Amino acid sequence: MINLNFIYSEIFLALSIMALLLIGVFKKNSSTLIYNLSIISLFSCLALMFSFPFNENIKLFNESYQIDNLSTFMKILTIVSGIFVLISSNNYIQTIKINKIEYPILALSSILGMMVMISSNDLILFYIGLELQSLALYVLASFNRDNLLSSESGLKYFVLSALSSGLLLYGCSLIYGFSGSTNFFIIAENLTENSYGLTFGIVFILVGLAFKISAVPFHMWAPDVYEGSPTSVTTFFAILPKIAALTVFIRFLYVPFINLIDQWQMIIVFLSIASMLFGAIAAIGQKNLKRLIAYSSIGHMGYALAGLATGTNQGIHSSITYITIYLFMNMAFFCCLFMMKRDEKYFENIEDLSGLSKNHPMLSFSFLLVLFSLAGIPPLAGFFAKFYVFSAVIEESMYFLAVVGLLSTVIAAFYYLRLIKIIYFDKDKEKYEVNHNMGLKLTLILSSIFILFYFIYPSWLIQIIEKINII
Amino acid sequence: MDFPIISSLILLPTLGAIFLFFSKSKNNTNVTSKYLALFVSSANFVLSLYLWYLFDSSTSEFQFLEDRSWIKGFINYKVGVDGISILFIILTTFIAPLCVVSVNNTIKTRLKDFLIAILIMESLMIGVFCSLDLVVFYLFFEAGLIPMFLIIGIWGGVKRVYSAFKFFLYTLLGSVLMLIAIISIYWITGTTDVVYLYNIGIDAKYQNLLWLAFFSSFAVKTPMWPVHTWLPDAHVEAPTAGSVLLAAILLKMAGYGFIRFSVGLFPIASEYFIPLIYILSLVAIIYTSLVALMQEDMKKLIAYSSVAHMGFVTLGIFTFTQQGLEGSIYQMISHGLISAALFFSVGVIYERMHTRLINNYSGLVSVMPKYAIFLMIFTLGAIGLPGTTGFVGEFLILIGAFKKNFLVATIASLGVILCAAYMLWLYKRIIFGELLNNELKKILDLNKSEILILCCLGIPIIFFGFYPEPLINTIEVSIENLIEMYKYNLNLVKK
Repeated sequence: MINLNFIYSEIFLALSIMALLLIGVFKKNSSTLIYNLSIISLFSCLALMFSFPFNENIKLFNESYQIDNLSTFMKILTIVSGIFVLISSNNYIQTIKINKIEYPILALSSILGMMVMISSNDLILFYIGLELQSLALYVLASFNRDNLLSSESGLKYFVLSALSSGLLLYGCSLIYGFSGSTNFFIIAENLTENSYGLTFGIVFILVGLAFKISAVPFHMWAPDVYEGSPTSVTTFFAILPKIAALTVFIRFLYVPFINLIDQWQMIIVFLSIASMLFGAIAAIGQKNLKRLIAYSSIGHMGYALAGLATGTNQGIHSSITYITIYLFMNMAFFCCLFMMKRDEKYFENIEDLSGLSKNHPMLSFSFLLVLFSLAGIPPLAGFFAKFYVFSAVIEESMYFLAVVGLLSTVIAAFYYLRLIKIIYFDKDKEKYEVNHNMGLKLTLILSSIFILFYFIYPSWLIQIIEKINII
Repeated sequence: MDFPIISSLILLPTLGAIFLFFSKSKNNTNVTSKYLALFVSSANFVLSLYLWYLFDSSTSEFQFLEDRSWIKGFINYKVGVDGISILFIILTTFIAPLCVVSVNNTIKTRLKDFLIAILIMESLMIGVFCSLDLVVFYLFFEAGLIPMFLIIGIWGGVKRVYSAFKFFLYTLLGSVLMLIAIISIYWITGTTDVVYLYNIGIDAKYQNLLWLAFFSSFAVKTPMWPVHTWLPDAHVEAPTAGSVLLAAILLKMAGYGFIRFSVGLFPIASEYFIPLIYILSLVAIIYTSLVALMQEDMKKLIAYSSVAHMGFVTLGIFTFTQQGLEGSIYQMISHGLISAALFFSVGVIYERMHTRLINNYSGLVSVMPKYAIFLMIFTLGAIGLPGTTGFVGEFLILIGAFKKNFLVATIASLGVILCAAYMLWLYKRIIFGELLNNELKKILDLNKSEILILCCLGIPIIFFGFYPEPLINTIEVSIENLIEMYKYNLNLVKK
């Protein structure tokens, strides 16, 4: 008898997606209703997540679906950021007139896919989750279909992502062939050293995953897709898939293949160093804020990977802490973007920030916090994220990675400072609109408070995350 | 539990800043916010004097310790003072109210934000001087970049953006290496608690690399040649109060860091790197003095003289003699007062004439007699005339240096002469001569707030020049202990 209690939230989400679809079809002009209902269903989903005891380690469906602290924490993170994204972008999608009923439903299906990914303990299930979230994202990227850039970004994302999915699937088949199973536990048992087939399989799967979190050299799609998609979708892109893909990274590397760490460690170190450096350098020349944040997120994924490269629990914890703090920083950044609105138009170029501080002191103060935090300057939250990662890296005596990483933060600091310079030192332009809806303001205030006051009591996050034990 | 006096010192300015931040900004509240900031920073000064009064100078133990768990099982929030740090705290709380007073004349736009930045800066700098945990120290040390970047960038001069970036990136680059070293120390010894580290010591084989990492950060901040180039730019472009904070306190963080961390934690490496420090210090003293001679911009001249004076400080620290170390601390305090006074003085005429070029001034003595007197005092202080604090510091440092290395001390003494040359020449060109520039004829002499500031700085410069006893007494025992510990560690290795 399978105990379905533990996947109530997934079941609930799947049912609500169908129900919302039905409502949308049968009720005319119901897009706002559907939007609000989907936020409510995410909230209920969150409540369901909290209604079960933590610290359980439960495997369902022939051990292919795992509920443990890692999956619970990451699912909560995904749902919370999903709620934030939907709440904060409400105004945006109405303004640029993409408030169709499909929009929130696609977002929900993508979240469902991510939840499956996060819990999957089996290559097949993992692939199903991955495809569910990707398919929804392809459509979302091109949702503003009258816009040339948006359609282009959807198509680009689709073509490249399909290619990477193909590679990933090929890797899965290699692993299945050489280990005799798709289940992570059984693969771990059947693992033989010096099996080139398995190594190839790992490489192909890592390529596919690196594509999803846009690590260099599989980052090409990110700037174009970030820029072309509607900003609300970019917010989604920047945060949610990364949480899910990072979880899969952790589970895939640390459950079946922890003994092959010699084989994959160098790959992760390379991905990490390349992403950190490339993200830092390429962002310097950007003119569009969304493009800039794409490069910045490439860099940030490099730091998250640096934690994973260590092969220790400490490293996993630091990566998870990093992605959690990264989530709040990005959320705040995009909220600031949503606030730059004038005459029903949103502004997303760097020069549009010019002199923001004179007309909008509070907004520019949040910008200041976010940017310094992204640059990793203490005492803001971003510093602690980097601090945890590098303390895990140095514990393993990987000094080269630490030095390169910290030097690239100096390079990256340059372009964050450039934004601050434009906001604070340059001449002011026309004012932006001041009226914003409550959800947007609330999200911005919450995430700014998190960034600013994280340093007062940093242990709480670490204490939660330390309960996650993979190895 | 006792009253947490040090945390209050750190928190009070921040609370003032938060209060200012949320107060309504109308035009007429500028005066109110100024008085509020002045009140907060003066209260902090009184509090720090009270701390000095309570301070027991007969022991080298850390006093007023506060130890709270911060990141569980990893880092504690630990603060405390000893003879080395207490004077820097008082210097900080003393300079901050003067900066607040000076905004009257210098800051035209966004006064409230400026006051907030100054107050936050004050909090962070006090934090640097009393934190006894490496990570907490790093936090305060780095966080100071944010307000200073904004102070230079928003209220600075024409090339402010370039200077602000240069300042920020130079310092950040130096500091990240220190961060790596701090984390490494944690994994080597299992703690970042400075007091504990003093007792257990760090394995000699790691010391050289760790020392270099700390050095990279402190050398940029000191600044030592050849990484000093950010300082003239930052000084020239920063508003008066910003330059004062930079010269009087920010530079002292590095000198303090050298004493507390480089010497205290890595005695063996410090001994090993003495030649490096001596050479860099001598180059700083001689080369930047020569550069200072050639400057046409007053602020730049004083900035280069700061580099030279800080060269004396690093030289004094690494003599590891009682006189040398005491002299270094004395020199830092004295330079804090004198350079602050000089920057305020330059600010005074800059606000009236909007030029800092020396050639545009001459014969000011006939129109600004009071100003001429004050500038004379500060110039003589900078030269190190007996009877000013500058003399005591340089004299002690040179005694220490002569004990250790005759050649080094001789070359360093040349720096004193060069210093007299550029400062007196500057004074001559500005104050004496004929009043050629017609606009200068209308210039007004010092107003009340300026006299107040300059008096506040002038009196201690002369008082402690004649009577250095109270300051020396405060630091003496801690220095003795530091040197003892240093020698003990060296002997340990030789055996």
